[in-house]
Amino acid sequence: MTLRNRWRKTLSYAMLSLTGVCAAVAVAILFVLLGYLVYNGWRSVDWDFFTKLPKSPGETGGGMANAIVGSFQIIALATVIGLPVGFMAGIYLAEFGGKAFAFLVRYMADLLNGVPSIVIGIFAYAVVVVPMHVNSALAGGLALAVMLIPITARSTEQFMNSVPQTLREGALALGASKWKTIATVVVPAAYRGIATGMILGVARIAGETAPLLFTSGNNAYMSSGFTQPTASLPVMIFLRATAPYEDWHRQAWAAGMVLLLLVLLANVAARLILSRGIAVQK
Amino acid sequence: MKKSSPWLGIMSGLAILLTVAQAKVLINAAGATFPYPIYGKWFEEFAKVDPDAQINYSSIGSGGGIRQFSEGTVDFGASDMPMTDEQLGKFKNKPLHFPTVLGGIVPTYNLPGVTQELKFTPEALAGIYLGKIKKWNDPELTKANAGVKLPDNEIVVVHRSEGSGTTFVFTDYLSKVSPEWKSKVGVNASVSWPAGLGGKGNEGVAGVVKQTPNSIGYVELIYVLQNKMAYGSLRNAAGVFLKADLDSVTEAAASAAKTMPADFRVSITNAPGKKAYPISTFTYLLIPSKIDDPAKKKAIVAFVRWMLADGQKYAAGLAYAPLPNEVVAKEVKQIALIQ
Amino acid sequence: MATSAAASAPPPGRTRALLQNLRNGDEVARLITLVFASSILLVTFGLIYQLWITSALPRHKFGFGFLTSSMWNPVSGQFGALPFIYGTVVTSVVALLIAVPLGVGAAIFLSELAPPRVSSTFTFFIELLAAVPSVIYGLLAIFTLVPLMRDYVEPALKKPLGFLPVFSGPVFGFGYLTAGVILAIMTLPFIISISREALLEVPTEQREAALALGATRWESTWQAVVPYARLGIFGSIFLGLARALGETMAVTMVIGNDPSIHASLFAPGYTIAAVIANEFSEATGDLYLQSLVGLGLVLFLLTIVINAMARLLIIATTRRGSAHP
Repeated sequence: MTLRNRWRKTLSYAMLSLTGVCAAVAVAILFVLLGYLVYNGWRSVDWDFFTKLPKSPGETGGGMANAIVGSFQIIALATVIGLPVGFMAGIYLAEFGGKAFAFLVRYMADLLNGVPSIVIGIFAYAVVVVPMHVNSALAGGLALAVMLIPITARSTEQFMNSVPQTLREGALALGASKWKTIATVVVPAAYRGIATGMILGVARIAGETAPLLFTSGNNAYMSSGFTQPTASLPVMIFLRATAPYEDWHRQAWAAGMVLLLLVLLANVAARLILSRGIAVQK
Repeated sequence: MKKSSPWLGIMSGLAILLTVAQAKVLINAAGATFPYPIYGKWFEEFAKVDPDAQINYSSIGSGGGIRQFSEGTVDFGASDMPMTDEQLGKFKNKPLHFPTVLGGIVPTYNLPGVTQELKFTPEALAGIYLGKIKKWNDPELTKANAGVKLPDNEIVVVHRSEGSGTTFVFTDYLSKVSPEWKSKVGVNASVSWPAGLGGKGNEGVAGVVKQTPNSIGYVELIYVLQNKMAYGSLRNAAGVFLKADLDSVTEAAASAAKTMPADFRVSITNAPGKKAYPISTFTYLLIPSKIDDPAKKKAIVAFVRWMLADGQKYAAGLAYAPLPNEVVAKEVKQIALIQ
Repeated sequence: MATSAAASAPPPGRTRALLQNLRNGDEVARLITLVFASSILLVTFGLIYQLWITSALPRHKFGFGFLTSSMWNPVSGQFGALPFIYGTVVTSVVALLIAVPLGVGAAIFLSELAPPRVSSTFTFFIELLAAVPSVIYGLLAIFTLVPLMRDYVEPALKKPLGFLPVFSGPVFGFGYLTAGVILAIMTLPFIISISREALLEVPTEQREAALALGATRWESTWQAVVPYARLGIFGSIFLGLARALGETMAVTMVIGNDPSIHASLFAPGYTIAAVIANEFSEATGDLYLQSLVGLGLVLFLLTIVINAMARLLIIATTRRGSAHP
């Protein structure tokens, strides 16, 4: 073998090993981050964390019961508004869309998807907080709903489109009207994918902090309604992590671990649903 | 008849639930981070006195407090700096200033290896924040700290990143002791800092200084005490090096207390007196002079009254100085102006 | 249905037809879903409109100067966007410089070399990285990355390379470089995932042809496969860039909050998203608040452009790729 060929072979071996290193590094990052978070969070989480209200600065103890409930409130509101709207919009795009209008809607949905969440927060502030003169869970929920709608619409459309045309034609041939076909044949066929898309969308907005900073704000107590400032886990993590108190850092770790585990669980569950669905279809 | 009774039960149950739920009055407040530790304590204690009132305080900085108060997004505000005439002009009914406690702003630093307390001259502090004094072993610092081995490291300057009453008081002091500061930077809640890192809130600045070696920051006394951080003494107008504590901060307010204007807007930085701590300040609650909601008005008035009486007892425990008696007396009279 | 031979009055005929159709369930369904779909348009236009009118003051006062001025001084009422645009661009570029080689390398490994089981498991984990919320990256960054950068990495860079302006000046831990690193970690999963898919779409003939001509495995990959997938890879890079530009929380927690322009990567800075997050609820005065909204508008436009380019590139690859849905 010539020298040049030996060089080429060595280079090939070296570069390909390097790519393996890259992949290993990428995966390692995940495990390091997760590991560190769980390690710190595990040491910090206790029963008080889930049941008590936060204490004033400098005092130890307390928990984030209000943030957990508040997050739940805000996400529930966002889900109730965002999922149905997104779902219906997705059906329109997949089943009824004409050329021009559907293209416009699709384009705008993708555009909205790419907007940084803090800008959406500004929008919700201008539209809800300013007229109402108060920070509220309503404003926060609306901001998150605005993020959820395009995600849901596009994923619903994608999975509706993946249903084979033959199913639709079969139903129509049997005399079903279009909407009946959609409701009883197409949607059930695509429900796994649609559900996955919804779960992933909700998991994504569950971790959002930026749009909540100046819409739902924060509350030292349990929120007394949707038109009052409401504490949320992500905002609490931000406030606690940037403060000097060790006890607050402890709380931030605990909250971070809880939030991350919930988000990851939702992601893993969604992917399992989807992969099982594909296996079944094949 | 039979069918209507469960409905009646549900509706009356809901009605009772709603009225019970309404009984708790939620009052939103926002503002200074400077007094956050004591306000937090106060609201907690006041809730024991009046369980129906929930005061939700957002510690976002005096600038934010004034802004949200002006916009009506909160029921009352809190600020270390008094509102300007321009800011007051935006209100239909001019709001009232109620001083709550006195506090001191200290120069806190993080110098691993230096165990002695540092002395800061006004020139040193101004020079550091102007970006002119760049290293810890600069002559301006070493000459005031004979016997301390200051390292040859760059000073990491930390300041506030948002509109802050603490910044206002700090820059007010610097403007009084350094003509260069006054002309180059000036006094305000948010200035164009010549150098350094920004932290959010007193908490943020303390957090950054605590984590970053060779850094210096300006925070309210309680934050360094609660976090066991090092802080230096400052040379006051009478030439004495003093650390901030209850006595030195109280002394700073002594002369102002006698000549307190009716609206309580004063500056007590660089106060005369041998025992006066140079960067001291009152901190204020901004209360509307007209509160429409009767339940909120009742709760707010009750809180202010409580704050001026029982509340003052908690101040010393958290390293804030309680208000001078003359000031308290004047404030009690001002409560009558809340309609 | 109701076709009248005499086409005398089109409007009544069409309305009647519409009303007739409404009795038809399909038409109802179409209208209902249409309304929901229009809400997307409504929201988007509303967003743009709101951003535009709420940033009117600085636009009138500074005009184009808003974008070119580097003075951000709330005291004197001067607001310039340049330091934030600079910080946003610098941190994103640093992020890409780290994430692109790492990501494309990993994608090559996962698509070309790894056995299918390894590839799908690795991909599964890497995609989970994309689901981690920004504030959690920020939390980890403050307590792990900042000390690491301040005590080890930045001094290590400063020693040999301190003469370069990008590596000069004091080391804080907080600053452009640290923000760039955490952004790199956040954009990595997108680049890997999309590049991997683009590489998988490359037909095996390309590989085989190169190997048949005597290329080594690496040469076949680098010179035949990767160029074929380059549109998708570029698309992933643009997508990563768009994500990095808008990232808020993780950057806010480590950037150092200094609204000025610094040459050194070790220096603290500010990004558009970070300044809005920090100062929005506290901006006193309309000009200040509206300047922040103006910054939001700039960011919005920036991300739209980059996202559009990303999508075009990715669509171009998938169109060219395999036919199955």
